[in-house]
Amino acid sequence: MNAKSLKVDFLARVEGEGGFRLKVKDNHVKEVKLNIFEPPRFFEAFLRGRKFTEAPDITARICGICPIAYQMSACHAAEDAFGAKPDGAIRELRRLIYCGEWIESHALHIYLLHAPDFLGYEDAIQMAKDHPDAVQRGLRLKKIGNAVMTLVGGREIHPINIRVGGFYKAPSKPQLQSLEEDLKWARDAAVETARWVATFTFPDFQRDYEFVALRHPSEYPLNEGRLVSNKGLDIPISEYEQHFAEEHVQHSNALHSALQERSSYFVGPLARYNLNFEKLSPLAQDTAKRSGLGRECRNPFQGILVRAIETVYACDEALRIISVYTSPDRPAMEMTPRVGTGHGCTEAPRGILYHKYSFDERGLILSAKIVPPTSQNQKIIEEDLTEFVSTRLHLPNDRLQWQCEQAVRNYDPCISCATHFLKVRIDRE
Amino acid sequence: MTAPSYNSMFIGVGNPFRSDDGVGTAIVGRLRGEIPPGVKVQEESGDGTELLEAWRGVDSVILVDAVLSGAPPGTIHRLDAQAEKLPTWFSHSSTHAFGVAEAIELARVMGDLPARLIVYGIEGLDFSAGTELSPEVAEVVPTAANLILQEILHLPAVQSAHTP
Repeated sequence: MNAKSLKVDFLARVEGEGGFRLKVKDNHVKEVKLNIFEPPRFFEAFLRGRKFTEAPDITARICGICPIAYQMSACHAAEDAFGAKPDGAIRELRRLIYCGEWIESHALHIYLLHAPDFLGYEDAIQMAKDHPDAVQRGLRLKKIGNAVMTLVGGREIHPINIRVGGFYKAPSKPQLQSLEEDLKWARDAAVETARWVATFTFPDFQRDYEFVALRHPSEYPLNEGRLVSNKGLDIPISEYEQHFAEEHVQHSNALHSALQERSSYFVGPLARYNLNFEKLSPLAQDTAKRSGLGRECRNPFQGILVRAIETVYACDEALRIISVYTSPDRPAMEMTPRVGTGHGCTEAPRGILYHKYSFDERGLILSAKIVPPTSQNQKIIEEDLTEFVSTRLHLPNDRLQWQCEQAVRNYDPCISCATHFLKVRIDRE
Repeated sequence: MTAPSYNSMFIGVGNPFRSDDGVGTAIVGRLRGEIPPGVKVQEESGDGTELLEAWRGVDSVILVDAVLSGAPPGTIHRLDAQAEKLPTWFSHSSTHAFGVAEAIELARVMGDLPARLIVYGIEGLDFSAGTELSPEVAEVVPTAANLILQEILHLPAVQSAHTP
């Protein structure tokens, strides 16, 4: 009997928080369980009986890292239910603020959370001692993403300027132009980021994933598109629930999402990249090629590189929007509530974020459903760990634990959508 | 993105939708109106990089956040970040997070710590989704708020501004 249990507990005293646990017997992985605590269930209940106008602000509280994603999915879902479709400058401003969120979220993950894994540091603080310039570059890049969110959203944390139908106040052209100089620096820094990350050593690991992302006929997806996959899925977002099921699993408070026809699927930067490469800007495509990335990428460890490419794109797209922008006549469309159900699905930095609401005739929320990207990637993370660990069982505990964490971090699991306090402990039997 | 003109700042960190995690912002709410005008008051969600930006150029910072050290719920911790490294239990560190403790230690490495940084940690009990503080935590909010207010009123810049 050669039984080994690698248990990585995330502060077990906190009820309902997450952790992951590997069970190994006779040099085979018997079981991988990733526990993710998921606040959306609470928010779904909290939203019932509230007015449609409150949904963007309340759901933005689910995640301090990606509030825009929650606000955008909530707005689109309500507009879908009321038969409204804001376009023109309002649509462009929504893309712009989403670019800001991608820049800040990707910069945080690349520089402060994932790069230390590849360079052999315990964390960004240790890395900063040897790579202060890189950390400064990452912080400035993130700050510029935040500046975009602040200017368009009114505040960077829990932006207050976003409403169903558009914005409370639209920025002027000169206000947006004040971001241009910083965004040009950010675009160069993002290219430099890709160059830097491309020098990392990536474990040789890939699987035959089903990638799922939005696809839009003319643009890299942020707010709109059909849900597509590399294995034949091609549906409007309103059919989400006909194709994706949420399963309750005993070891986790979270619901695991799965494709009904084929089980696990992969959302996030790698999925978007593989399904929408040709919609990236020429500079982003060129940066990908120069970084050694092909048109397709199936190695989740290279997700850090794809995030850098998407950061280049987000800077490029933000600059494009600012250059063509003219203030809308009205900052928002008037909304007339009606009985109905609406769907919203947008590309959060970590992947698709699905919202569905049913409203009564006054626009009060009768029911809400929120599926964040982290819970959709949960099955894939468990499968990755099973396969990844199988070839590395000879490693000592600390090394194995590190590599497992690195493999989990490929998916940038969200602290707010997932766990709050994560403390790591290993027990071997 | 201009540097703040304040040289003193009070920051409450937390998410009021995560039960006791909201204690920092609850204390900010309680102290609003009592903080002298020269002290900038700010709420933060706990993203460490935001803190690095928030206190850039500020001399004195007092910060309050919920913590989980194993002490009884409602325990009020006070740490001088200039004098000591933050204990590991202060960290919300994880496979994902870059939080308050990480921001403070990164600032220390990069030479960006405010000249004075006092951190209050309020021991929480329940960090699950919810909008209410645990009774043990709610009970100490007035005491903690008063301690923090006294500390703010005794900051050198605040004192000199109020000296006739």
